Amino acid sequence: MILLLVAKRILIAFFTLLLVSLVVFSITSLLPGDAAQELLGQSATPEIVAELREQLGLNQPGHIRYLVWLKGLLSGDPGISMVSDMPVRDIIGQRLPKSLMLAGLTAAVSVPLALLIGILSAMYRDSRLDRSLNIVTLSMIAVPEFLVATIAVIVFAVQLRWLPSITIVSPDATFGELARAFAMPVMTLCFVVVAQMARMTRAAVINQLDSPYVEMAILKGARPTRIALRHAFPNAIGPVVNAIALSLSYLLGGAIIVETIFNYPGIASLMVNAVTSRDMPLLQACAMIFSGAYLMMVLVADIVAIVSNPKLRHR
Amino acid sequence: MSAHLQVSGLEVTVSGEHGERIRIVDDVNFEANKGEVLALIGESGSGKTTIALALMAYARRGCTISAGQIRIGDTSVLELSREQLFGFRGNRVSYVSQSAAAAFNPSKSIMDQVIETAMLHKLSSKSAARSKAIELFSSLALPNPETIGNHYPHQVSGGQLQRLMAAMALISDPDVVILDEPTTALDVTTQIEVLRAFKKVVRNRGTTAIYVSHDLSVVAQMADKIVVLKNGTVREAGETMQVLDAPSDEYTQALMAAAKPSLRVESLKKPDSETEAALLELRDVSAGFGRVDADGMPKFTILHDVNLTVERGTTLGIIGESGCGKSTLARTIAGLHPAAAGSICLDGVPLATHLSKRTRDQLRRVQIVFQNADTALNPAHTVEQVVGRPLVFYKGISADETHKRVAELLAQVKLPVDIATRRCAELSGGQKQRINLARALAAEPDIILCDEVTSALDTVVGAAILDLIAELRRELDVAFIFISHDISAVRSVCDDILVLYSGRTVEFGKRENFAAGPGHPYTDLLVSSVPELRQGWLEETSARTILRPVDNAVDVDEICAFVDRCPVRLDGICDTKRPPRLIHANGNEVLCHLPQAES
Repeated sequence: MILLLVAKRILIAFFTLLLVSLVVFSITSLLPGDAAQELLGQSATPEIVAELREQLGLNQPGHIRYLVWLKGLLSGDPGISMVSDMPVRDIIGQRLPKSLMLAGLTAAVSVPLALLIGILSAMYRDSRLDRSLNIVTLSMIAVPEFLVATIAVIVFAVQLRWLPSITIVSPDATFGELARAFAMPVMTLCFVVVAQMARMTRAAVINQLDSPYVEMAILKGARPTRIALRHAFPNAIGPVVNAIALSLSYLLGGAIIVETIFNYPGIASLMVNAVTSRDMPLLQACAMIFSGAYLMMVLVADIVAIVSNPKLRHR
Repeated sequence: MSAHLQVSGLEVTVSGEHGERIRIVDDVNFEANKGEVLALIGESGSGKTTIALALMAYARRGCTISAGQIRIGDTSVLELSREQLFGFRGNRVSYVSQSAAAAFNPSKSIMDQVIETAMLHKLSSKSAARSKAIELFSSLALPNPETIGNHYPHQVSGGQLQRLMAAMALISDPDVVILDEPTTALDVTTQIEVLRAFKKVVRNRGTTAIYVSHDLSVVAQMADKIVVLKNGTVREAGETMQVLDAPSDEYTQALMAAAKPSLRVESLKKPDSETEAALLELRDVSAGFGRVDADGMPKFTILHDVNLTVERGTTLGIIGESGCGKSTLARTIAGLHPAAAGSICLDGVPLATHLSKRTRDQLRRVQIVFQNADTALNPAHTVEQVVGRPLVFYKGISADETHKRVAELLAQVKLPVDIATRRCAELSGGQKQRINLARALAAEPDIILCDEVTSALDTVVGAAILDLIAELRRELDVAFIFISHDISAVRSVCDDILVLYSGRTVEFGKRENFAAGPGHPYTDLLVSSVPELRQGWLEETSARTILRPVDNAVDVDEICAFVDRCPVRLDGICDTKRPPRLIHANGNEVLCHLPQAES
């Protein structure tokens, strides 16, 4: 039964991704400017433009181009970059691992931190601790990340000279070097995502702490930590993982400001470049990666929520 | 020797809107000896649960135990430190709450939760606690005691959960166990089994128990002593016998009067002529939910071929346990839940199954009053808006006239006129239910469907609503369908009674016939399960539910639906054939094999 539910959910995810590919393709086709015209510049004669259009397959009807593109995408070859003339796969291949590294490190720091803040402030609701955590998380959301990053650079790189101001990772870096290199970008991104996750966790856990079974656990003589972790939290997992998924899906595409300030070669800045240079194949591939990652996160969250629900697990 | 449990000068306060302290429990004193059952009785807001929780030095959010002393054995409970309380709660005093379904953690297995107390207080090893739990399960008459603990709370029934919770409370062999309305959420037939199980376990173990309830009849079965509470103060306290036989306090007398069944309608109205069509007539109505198959029948059928007629100005009572389909029946008649088959006729004119296809006049003539007035009335609207809405919608009358008519309607439901400007959220439960009725009356309907209108109310308030309905019936020419799980309420206001079991009419007839002699075995079980207001009833009553499951291979639609619970079933007939609908000796239409098989 539960397997059926999960399978259904996965099927829906694939279908959604297919729809997304259609939308991405049609919207990028609608963008003004013709790639052939763009490549050849102002001085090109109409004959040369027409010839290049033929070469690039731009004369074929839209649905054919879509199918060709989709087939390439599925076989792992989303085409040739129009600007650099390199396979899109290779360009992304250089950038994606870096982005995943940054996102992974941020997730590894922010999720435990957010859960800790959320559960603590739920346990000590309305206490001084809860109110201070509340103010801290709210100000974290309120301060724009470019400001956080800039201040961090001024303090830690310029004044104290503890950390490098740009993030360069050499393949043979030691753990200490890696930690120093990533400290500031990870911190900046944590500022953005921790607050949301922590507040959702707090709300979800409080919702459970108000239920009669928690009162029952208190009357059994259970201690607050046990009540929060063993009784309330397992029932709050559904909403909490959804909040986490939504926050974390920001880490790939939303890292653009961090990538720019710390001069970090990630996939978000790649996509921005693709937009400015009208490099459609690259742009489409990046858009598909972001959508795919987002759908993946939501899918995982949904599956966790399904599996953690005892009413679905034990029929 | 001083009593085992002593409460003196107990005071609990809440902080009001402006930070002032409001006393919700004021100078409460009582005591109980070891092994005694003491009942705290009162309506909602009387402070009975607050007092019970204070025995564990626990106060809900916003409440503070501000004064008093509580002694259990040698322990002064209110002087325990925070650290000492962790060892005290659950260990020396344990608690059984009103709604077991909500008090069990949905994501932990039942066994884990039952033995949690023993584990927290390190009373025994895990395996010893498990075997003790299994022992308790069987002494509480739970089915499959060996394996029931492996289930999750949503997999067992409400009555079973309530008993499992008692096992959870008793696992630590506490000095005092608090039972807070443990049977209020249960059907009468389940309640009686749970009461028996509780009584046996409490007696056998010599546990001191505090039994919190609003129901005097239930308390009469369980308690040695009764403390009557109102607005946080003790109105009367004494031995059960003395309180029941010679209540000295006015309030106790009012409670007693409300608990005693009384007849509120005098005579059955006859229809004006034989040829006139009945006001409301249902023919073979079926309804359900889920996917609809080729025959138009839903996957899960809730109502099976229900037939009923209501004559103008009469009242039909529909009675049955939770899940029998009685609310679905009301919703089907009102068009909120479209019928899958059959016909519903109003004055001989067929009604569309869905209300969107009914004419405005048809809608006006059938009104529904929901069980929970709290959720049925928009808390942000004033009483005049709520009651005036149907006037404008159905009659389109002017603002001036609406104002006048609202005042009339409020007088009809016995509310002061100045209540019209108040918001619904500011009213009491009983007042809201009156507004709910006034709203239905505003449409000047021919028939009002009352779905469990007294269930959410306190005994005294509920009795007043019943009086009001009986009076409205006399004064206006309105027919009622009165749906309830409470057979004494149904008997006191209805002309005809329909007993619904598992979506089928098992017995139907005039009210007098139900007193005339035994009817359907289920009706008999229902009637004999209603606690009487005297001590010793629990031991004497013959009501027993004996579960005798039948062969799973048999299609339940092809045999008697009540067969697995029937105390008088005839094997070979009841579990193989569909029962016939016959006129019984008491004059009622009964869906049963029995009289036929006996003759």
